[in-house]
Amino acid sequence: MTAKRIIARLDIKGDRLIKGIHLEGWRFLGHPNDYCRKYYHEGIDEVLYVDAVASLYGRDHIKEIIKQTTADAFVPITAGGGIKSVEDAYEILRCGADKVAVNTAAVKKPELISEIANRFGAQCMVISIQAKKNTAGKYMVCYDSAREYTDTEVSVWAKEAVERGAGEILLTSVDKEGMMRGMELELIELVTSAVNVPVIACGGFAQPSDFVEAVNAGADAVAIARALHYEKVQIADIRNQAIKNQIPVRNV
Amino acid sequence: MKSVSIVDYGMGNLLSMQRALEKNGAQVLIASNPEQILKSEKLVLPGVGAFPDGMDELVKRGMVPAIQEYVNTGKILLGVCLGMQMLFQESEEMKRTDGLGLIEGKVVKFPHNQKSGKINKIPHVAWTQIEPVEISWKKTFLDGIEANSFMYFVHSYYVTPVSDLNILAQSPFGDFYFCSATVHQNVWGTQFHPEKSGEIGLQIINNLIKH
Repeated sequence: MTAKRIIARLDIKGDRLIKGIHLEGWRFLGHPNDYCRKYYHEGIDEVLYVDAVASLYGRDHIKEIIKQTTADAFVPITAGGGIKSVEDAYEILRCGADKVAVNTAAVKKPELISEIANRFGAQCMVISIQAKKNTAGKYMVCYDSAREYTDTEVSVWAKEAVERGAGEILLTSVDKEGMMRGMELELIELVTSAVNVPVIACGGFAQPSDFVEAVNAGADAVAIARALHYEKVQIADIRNQAIKNQIPVRNV
Repeated sequence: MKSVSIVDYGMGNLLSMQRALEKNGAQVLIASNPEQILKSEKLVLPGVGAFPDGMDELVKRGMVPAIQEYVNTGKILLGVCLGMQMLFQESEEMKRTDGLGLIEGKVVKFPHNQKSGKINKIPHVAWTQIEPVEISWKKTFLDGIEANSFMYFVHSYYVTPVSDLNILAQSPFGDFYFCSATVHQNVWGTQFHPEKSGEIGLQIINNLIKH
């Protein structure tokens, strides 16, 4: 059996863990490695770091955070935020990350997806897609922490990114992000039926039943930020709820 | 202190493997040339990336004969992920490429479709169960690991050993099973990443150190 993954998403600013709403309005929570250690011991399946300010201030902090993570958490590490080149990706992978998540730079220069995939393998290249519903009810691609909008539909971009070599999709609903009012199931269905690579659903997780619903909508993994950081949910409770609903999860 | 060397050939995540070995009390050495490979007490061949690139890098550094000679001394070699695939004779990834030829068999790509027509998700990025086939795990590097434990996999190709006696564990993918751990005397391999598979993975690393 293959398990559906529970992923902790940690948004980083400098050397601190932050959490916002709709990818804006940050608050400092503490040191990311402290949170990561705790989640590892509670049985998290994967850790996802997103550096909110790497584009502005470079990557020294996140590199140190990743290096420390390899000593604390023996699970896969994905890192993203401000990755603009193959060299940026290499820097992050060299610190112990297993995959890189790329958003803005890939929207601006789609060839970057193939460049990273060809160099490190498709499994390393996670395309991070921020989706927002427009007034016509269509999901559109945003970037730059959802400050910028494109006129590309999410399913179109997802297919293109996979054709260019993305091995996985991190799909964030900007509307649901940080709200803890449930996940955007329609969006998850749309993207998982459009592509044949694993999809990590992100945005809106509030309770264990959200994990079940997201997986039933087609997600291979669910990334959780706020609900974990504010201790609104225990990882064990998500597992138990999944097992009750015949969803395979890792035995820890 | 027990020492384990990791082959550094420019591919893969050395740091994670190093940390997992250190966590279990090993002294870690990095083997970046043929001499260091030959001097190793135990050797790990890690690797993420494409098979032809991996072999290219080994060839460029003169490491292929060194690894073969090291194995002939009877000391243990563990290949992980691409490192496991390179233990075999050849791969069809991108172009037909010779491997280290330490175990008979080749490396092939996962099929896009299942017999029912259902489409497989490739790459296989997942926590997937491993189970014994014919060989008992007792006294192997999977000693003490429970059957059906979940391990972390990231790959699009898999090994097909000629002999079933080289299949230490199998795992499901779509509608069939593939070889997820291999053994041939002192040559061991895991398609999954023990260094990324939580506490159970660390137990395998510990088995390697203690063996």
